[in-house]
Amino acid sequence: MLWEIDIHPAAGTRQPDLHAAGSPSGGARQPDRAGERVSAAARELGLAANLRVATARGYLLQGAGLNRERLERLASELLADVVVERAVIGRPGEPALNGRESDGQCVTVLLKPGVMDPVAQSAQAAAADLGVVVEEVASFRKYWVSGASDAELKAVANRLLANDAIEHVVFGPLQLDRLDVGQPYRFELRAVPLRELDDDALARLSREGQLYLQLAEMQTIRQHFRELGRDPTDIELETIAQTWSEHCSHKTLAGRIAYRDERGERQFENMLKETIFAATQQIRQRLGSDDWCVSVFKDNAGVVRFDDRFNLAFKVETHNHPSALEPYGGANTGVGGVIRDIMGTGLGAKPVASTDVFCFAPPDSSRHAPRAVAEAADGTPSLPATLPPGVLHPKRVMRGVVEGVRDYGNRMGIPTVNGAVYFDERYLGNPLVFCGNVGLLPVDKSHKRPEPGDLIVAIGGRTGRDGIHGATFSSAELTSQSEYISGGAVQIGNAIEEKKVLDALLAARDRGLYHAVTDCGAGGFSSAVGEMGEEIGAEVHLDRVPLKYEGLSYTEIWISEAQERMVLSVPEDRWPDLEQLCRCENVEATAIGRFVPTGRLQLFYAGKKVGDLEMRFLHEGRPPVVRQAVYEGRVSRVEVRGSDDRERWSRACAERDFTDDLMRILASPNVASKEWIVRQYDHEVQGGSVVKPFVGASNDGPSDAAVIRPVLGSRRGVVIACGMNPRYGDFDTYHMAASAIDEAVRNCVAVGADPRRIAILDNFCWGDCERPETLGSLVRAAIACHDVAIALGTPFISGKDSLNNEFSYTDESGERRTIAIPPSLLISALGQVDDVGQCVTMDLKQPGNALYLVGETRDELGGSHFALVNDLEGGQVPTVDPERARVTFAAVHSAIRAGLVRACHDLSEGGLAVAAADMAFAGGLGVWIGLDNVPSPLWEMEDEAAMEPLLLFSESNSRFLCEVAVENASEFESLFRDIGVGRIGEIRDDGRMQVYGNSSGAALIDADIRDLKEAWQATFRW
Amino acid sequence: MTRPRVLILRAPGTNCDEESAHAFSLAGGAAERWHVNRVLEEPRRLAEFQILCIPGGFSYGDDIAAGRIFGNQMQNHLAQALAEFREAGKLILGICNGFQVLLKTTLLLPADERGPLATLSLNDSGRFEARWVRLAADAGNCVFLQGIHELELPVAHAEGKFVVREEALLKSMHADGRLVLRYAPGTARLAAESGLVPYPENPNGAMGDVAGICDATGRVFGLMPHPERFVDPTQHPRWTREPGRAVGDGLRVFQNAVRYFN
Repeated sequence: MLWEIDIHPAAGTRQPDLHAAGSPSGGARQPDRAGERVSAAARELGLAANLRVATARGYLLQGAGLNRERLERLASELLADVVVERAVIGRPGEPALNGRESDGQCVTVLLKPGVMDPVAQSAQAAAADLGVVVEEVASFRKYWVSGASDAELKAVANRLLANDAIEHVVFGPLQLDRLDVGQPYRFELRAVPLRELDDDALARLSREGQLYLQLAEMQTIRQHFRELGRDPTDIELETIAQTWSEHCSHKTLAGRIAYRDERGERQFENMLKETIFAATQQIRQRLGSDDWCVSVFKDNAGVVRFDDRFNLAFKVETHNHPSALEPYGGANTGVGGVIRDIMGTGLGAKPVASTDVFCFAPPDSSRHAPRAVAEAADGTPSLPATLPPGVLHPKRVMRGVVEGVRDYGNRMGIPTVNGAVYFDERYLGNPLVFCGNVGLLPVDKSHKRPEPGDLIVAIGGRTGRDGIHGATFSSAELTSQSEYISGGAVQIGNAIEEKKVLDALLAARDRGLYHAVTDCGAGGFSSAVGEMGEEIGAEVHLDRVPLKYEGLSYTEIWISEAQERMVLSVPEDRWPDLEQLCRCENVEATAIGRFVPTGRLQLFYAGKKVGDLEMRFLHEGRPPVVRQAVYEGRVSRVEVRGSDDRERWSRACAERDFTDDLMRILASPNVASKEWIVRQYDHEVQGGSVVKPFVGASNDGPSDAAVIRPVLGSRRGVVIACGMNPRYGDFDTYHMAASAIDEAVRNCVAVGADPRRIAILDNFCWGDCERPETLGSLVRAAIACHDVAIALGTPFISGKDSLNNEFSYTDESGERRTIAIPPSLLISALGQVDDVGQCVTMDLKQPGNALYLVGETRDELGGSHFALVNDLEGGQVPTVDPERARVTFAAVHSAIRAGLVRACHDLSEGGLAVAAADMAFAGGLGVWIGLDNVPSPLWEMEDEAAMEPLLLFSESNSRFLCEVAVENASEFESLFRDIGVGRIGEIRDDGRMQVYGNSSGAALIDADIRDLKEAWQATFRW
Repeated sequence: MTRPRVLILRAPGTNCDEESAHAFSLAGGAAERWHVNRVLEEPRRLAEFQILCIPGGFSYGDDIAAGRIFGNQMQNHLAQALAEFREAGKLILGICNGFQVLLKTTLLLPADERGPLATLSLNDSGRFEARWVRLAADAGNCVFLQGIHELELPVAHAEGKFVVREEALLKSMHADGRLVLRYAPGTARLAAESGLVPYPENPNGAMGDVAGICDATGRVFGLMPHPERFVDPTQHPRWTREPGRAVGDGLRVFQNAVRYFN
């Protein structure tokens, strides 16, 4: 019998004033916050102006033994909080559950069958604990909406209340008499008649079967099975597609590439190996016995030495396509996935910090394209005037992604300490979500090796239909149809399941209960078992896998990307201990097969063989991908061409008061305060916080990097930062990459990290690399990574690429259009400090202290935020002089170690002006700056007035602002003899930022720091 | 000095157990982390400990409501063992999720025939928030807050708004000295003795600015802020500009608990 319980916010409780004797002063009711948020969002998105919305949450409960009395007990003791909520109980459709006519139209949002519903699972278990047996539970949300037309209601329901990828909407009373629990599966072995297919049919099969393999690969598979004299089974074909997917094998970047740029041609046999890996190798050789890299580019994460007892693991992943379809679920599982990468590194690292970086279309998207886009290197898009079909509003994407990251990270108890958000119109249909995690790994648990004869043990969540084809889907381009084709690719996370797995895993690790571990990520068991057993062989009995519900075929079980699962290689004699330990932690553990020394991957269902593949064919049989790459784009400087453009540049630079420019840069979305996001993340759990994301007198100034102490009781610190600037890529991806590395490293150095101990990660997100120009711009960036990493001595230890970040749609005139994202390289940096007591923060500390600018300021306004807010095209993009950067970083670090630096801030977007403003308002202090001491080759220019905007806003790399006590000035200066350094100003207590040049007596910038801070904070005060 | 044994009781989803154990160790306690399953199997082993701490996190995912499932387990399966623990003059501390859990039992506040008298509900901001707050302590007989008048600690929660079913209860709790920890206005407004502290200094809209309460004995204490996150001076958000702290404010809460047994 099916029952429904609706839970409503209760009618008011008064807010009393303890100090007023007697009479109640308040009278505020418990408001319906969820309802208020819906009507505000509907107004904001322009869906409906005057909605009134009442909300409830509820449960559908099915069970033979249920009756009203038991449900009342469940409601009062479990499901509703009687202090602030009231429950309504009935059979679905009963009038009592439908609300009053005056409440408006009733809308119920339910999860689609098969979508993970952790709350329902918990409710079922907790009801059983109360002695009430419930056979099935589903949770739902209910809304009563008035003040909307039918059309508006429909729009609100589909675009705001529910996401079609995972939920469905019921208008009016629920008409349900039972919950769908899945149909039993009837075994039927399916072969795919591949041998007889011609090339066209192969290509069609690849596309329609969501294999997304290239023709040459399909031909290789056909040839292989022709030689075997049989057709593949469906599970064999799927296994090959997963293993050979771009997502799992990185075949493009690790493939053969013929590259050509302005310096000539170059042939790569394995592009990544010859650029990024090669740099790391060279650095490690140079370090010799001081090499502090432990494991690079082979495990699930890069591993470096931390102290005598521990190593650090670091990995950053992307989860772009799922986040475009279902921002909350996509980001949620993105975080869950990278945490599992860390848990699956070595014999299992403990996650200690998260970093999350996002790229969105501007949230206020007035849909016209900036001029830069029309001329983008790829020669592509003009952006749509209205939101194309299949695209969620950028604001909704942003909120969903932030909430997804928040809920997973907070629940796992991992502090989210670092992040960044970048905005560009070209991320409209294809936002980027980078999820990173740092883990702490005991030195003696840093390597793993499965042994022949070990059991293959799956632990954690059960397997369902979620995430089928995630790995191959991420290798495809997004289209307005993606939502319909790939709804199954969207997963919903259950952080607590993963937390339980983590608790059990670390305990089992420390007791030595397994030989190897890996995560079940993209490709599910198929990749996890396939990779682990690569050098041995494996047999798996798919009918032993615990399922969420009946009805999954053997192939679905094998490739499901259901979350929160890990695979262990367990010696038979430790299996009883492991099983027992997992039971104590409420974690399900199941032996599903064995690593057997056959060199084959053999799959069974109910005793019947359903797949039998040679490991060697699976891992080495893929034909090499051969690609052309050409870079014909801009080379660092773009001449300002048209007379309009020249006119705009000279008008912007001829200003004599730049206060307004500074305000507009501070308010621009890339620069503006992200406190709205950061405060939703728990950044202090685990108790090791040293430098928080926000610092300063009012805890609201932007920190350059985060510092944590991952080992309680130790003073040694970990520093986490990042660098990225897609705008520079529109000029030259070489300098974009160089700048991103410089930024990530200098952010670490600014808080006190030792520049000789910084490891970095790359994440390349690019458009369709089958276009030689697109791949060319990527190769060029990889070459920069090689050059700059070697010069700075910062090894790459891991990386990940995501290609095909494009969105296609059909516009109003029926024409097919594609928007490619700008080349987007995220560099994440992992630094170390010997003693966290030496760390510095960026907020100004003491009136009377001197302000120094370290590093040279050059004519580099191309791609700058000064250019952005003034709508200026062209110019010289910031470049990096890596040798100079290395010396600068070393000197800044010496000064910090010597205790000479009271505050330190890196110069990035907005240059000197923005950095100085940040420091001033963070410290709640004034700052006076004279430009004549700024170290710069520009002083050779004739026209001082023309220099001033360059000195203020140029985004030249490798620069810092340092606050130094006057008595330490000469010692500080002595460390910078060979590097540009200038004493440019002093800290004041007048609360104003004032900047003077030489060209006139008037201030170039003169503002109250409260106004600067307000400009910076107002943009995202959501 | 004797080292009282401290039981850090964790459930699936608990995530502040390690730093809570560390804080008790720093204060001189002997802390052990146990899964609740172990206590459910052998409730009498609770008696081996002098201090019970339910740390922060998301026990059972906070599915249904914060602390609900863990609280129900304690109420339905451990009520007697817990009552004996309290009657034996021992200490119980609930931090953040642990406070939410304690309020779902009757250890902190008895229920009447209509159910619990108070709860911790969704923040007025409607979302999870992590920030530092100033707190005013009015210790009364609360063991954990002896000698403490004000302190700074971080909060990190979505459901921390203290709400009572009837206004009279708040007044009687105030009169009985059980509203021992309250959100305080920022430095500038410290002098102003208005009853209601504005957001974000009161980060969740709690009635009476209540951040923590104790039971009538003063030995059971629940609070939303995290004292275990401020035991080292470098955990303070402004340590680089306000030097001179030897230890974190939060450590004193744990030291008081340990000292009680000496």
